Amino acid sequence: MIDNLPFIACAILVILGLYTLTFKRNLIKIVIGLNLVESGVNLFLITLGYKSNAVAPIYTMAAKEEMVLPTPQALTLTSIVIGLATTALILSFTILIYKHYKTIDASKVRRLRE
Amino acid sequence: MMSKIVRTITNILYSSILIFGFYIIMHGHLTPGGGFQGGAVVASGIALVLIAYGYDTVKSWMKKSNLSVLESIGALGFIGIAFLGIGTTFFYNFLANSGGLFGDPTVIGINPGNLDTSGVLPLMNWAVGLKVLAGLGSVVLLMAYGIRKGDEE
Amino acid sequence: MINEHLPALIIGIPLLAAFATPLISKINDKLRNIFVIGILGATLCLVISLAFNVFNNGIFVYVMGAKSPGLTLPSGYKMPVRIILEVDGMSIFMAIITSIVSLLGAIYSWAFMHKETGKDKYYTLLLILAAGMFGMEFTGDMFNFFVFLEITSIAACGLVGFRINRGESSEAAFKTMVMYTLGALFVLFAIGILYGEYDALNIATLASRIRYTMLDKIALGLLVTGLAMKAGAVPMHMWVPDAYAEAPAPITMILVANSQASLYGLFRVCFTLYGLTISTYTLGWIIIILGVLSMFIGVTMALIQKKIKRLMAYHAISQTGYMLLGVGVGLAVLSDANALNTYGLKAMEGGIFHIMNHAMYKGLLFLTAGAVIYATGKRNLNELGGLAHKMKFTAIFFIIGAAAIAGLPPFNGFASKLIIYESVYKFNPMLSVIAMLVSILTLASFVKVFQSAFLGPEIIEVKKEPKSMIFAMLCLSVIIIAFGLFPDIVVDKIVAPAANALVNSMQYIAAILGGA
Repeated sequence: MIDNLPFIACAILVILGLYTLTFKRNLIKIVIGLNLVESGVNLFLITLGYKSNAVAPIYTMAAKEEMVLPTPQALTLTSIVIGLATTALILSFTILIYKHYKTIDASKVRRLRE
Repeated sequence: MMSKIVRTITNILYSSILIFGFYIIMHGHLTPGGGFQGGAVVASGIALVLIAYGYDTVKSWMKKSNLSVLESIGALGFIGIAFLGIGTTFFYNFLANSGGLFGDPTVIGINPGNLDTSGVLPLMNWAVGLKVLAGLGSVVLLMAYGIRKGDEE
Repeated sequence: MINEHLPALIIGIPLLAAFATPLISKINDKLRNIFVIGILGATLCLVISLAFNVFNNGIFVYVMGAKSPGLTLPSGYKMPVRIILEVDGMSIFMAIITSIVSLLGAIYSWAFMHKETGKDKYYTLLLILAAGMFGMEFTGDMFNFFVFLEITSIAACGLVGFRINRGESSEAAFKTMVMYTLGALFVLFAIGILYGEYDALNIATLASRIRYTMLDKIALGLLVTGLAMKAGAVPMHMWVPDAYAEAPAPITMILVANSQASLYGLFRVCFTLYGLTISTYTLGWIIIILGVLSMFIGVTMALIQKKIKRLMAYHAISQTGYMLLGVGVGLAVLSDANALNTYGLKAMEGGIFHIMNHAMYKGLLFLTAGAVIYATGKRNLNELGGLAHKMKFTAIFFIIGAAAIAGLPPFNGFASKLIIYESVYKFNPMLSVIAMLVSILTLASFVKVFQSAFLGPEIIEVKKEPKSMIFAMLCLSVIIIAFGLFPDIVVDKIVAPAANALVNSMQYIAAILGGA
């Protein structure tokens, strides 16, 4: 059970994120929901490579030779970098939307639909 | 522009944040971190200064166009290094174990770490670090610019 | 020497050029335009030479950073450890589309974007988008695929929201970004599941190990949802009309190719990754139903649209349905050798041929819409009229594009749709009838657009269309007519290898793992 705790945590994160994406109307909250999903996925990736009683996979001054799997950490790092770029871009769009519409309520931001 | 306390603390902290960021970039191939993380640390230093002094003051210190040139140079450096390996394959680590720059053989096992290893990886870390600090710096600046304009209207 | 490195060069050169563009912009605007077009032209040449290589010698493998480009398994390894680019018939087919479309997009942009500011960023993003699409098409590694997927997402959304003086652009870009990111996260989650189970990221290695457990089913569901979201199939199509309508016209054309790159990912997952283990019948029907829904809902929504690019965007959704239908039929009968040979492979050829045709005529239509907006500054059909008097070329190109999308002979849309009708009829007659009905509705819709925009008295002031825009549209028209006149040659030389590449997943695996 205790081993599965991280998986449960990441499922909760993903579901919370999807809930936020579906039911919240505030654009900033939508971005937060997206980040929640992303954190869930990142946590999932990190958990895949975990090994109990092991250290981070770095040889420099390591405490012992037993290490966790480095590949998922590299994947997560890449995914974090990408997430940073996405968040920056999407927040910039939110700033622009606010400047044009004077609101960040998604139900009022719908000039496209008319 | 924030209060004098914030500005004083920023003055003290700014240089150490910068040095820490560059340290992380330099030691990317030995310790946790690397180009992206170090660049992000440096950019957070820029963000701190931006909050303490306000957009208008910071704008006179650093130009966005210069940042964008730095960003281009960083990215060009990274891909350029990848192209340099094309004698063998794209992204080939042609400096590793060559005995020259960063050419010492990598020690396997627990060791104190030798900065002079890993071939092109440190160079790529520098390129990425440059790209990220310039890129994130200009993102922070541009967002501050956007919010400032919003306040005016 | 250069032949060995072609796949890496095709991705690397646009990427390198993308970051050189802001520096060259500082010197001269004209020089930058020539540079971008030159780079994309060179990429097209490289793609064509790689295509000859692939069609003659089979699957092309390139290992990044290894001691030699073909060394997939260094001694002592049973599975590949590096990032591998694997180019087969289907990949190169998609790459040909991408390179043609991005080159013509850049040429069209010369005049179209002339008055806009921030063009250095525009061309940078355009080149990154092209490089990302090549990456998605060439990569043989699931995680690498995800990275390139996100690169195209970010570049595409930056371009959709390029006109920051319009609130609508930012709105469309926000919506698109949310959908793209969510889709990509689904894909990443699925990759995580597969990695956790099989300890590999290489597509070929994964395909040889996959056992189709419960977790694999979840991963497949996530992959199909995520990629269909980005390809703009119907239940997840909300972003398509907004993004296509708000992006500058040449970008819309490239966005179509980008959606098709996701479609390629979907096919790659269904055929290569899961093709060996699952009974593909159910999966095939899911794809077919997605396709039929896309076809029908897309065209019915298009009929009621007032804005010219929004209308075309709904047609793009509808045409995506044809590709899903054709390839879905092939997937449904994949395990039945007899049915596959009598009509399954033919249906797939139709669907795949339609991918290329769609990119060409939809690109042409979006470019004509861009020319109309450029010349008049109006987007609403009700405000347009009598454009044929001044914009003769655009009117002719519009007729060619509209006839092709409606499937009239002798244009390329007819060639691919005929193959789809014939072969799908043998699978299930109803599907074929629906496909034909959708074609008729498409024709009706475009007749309406032509009549209200181009015919009638001159009611508004019109600028003449510049030469670079006419040149780009002319190239696409020539391709459309050539493909329509000689479909057999194209199908034999380019499309059939692509369909065969999808069906023979054993070959794809053997190219990496060496027959084992």
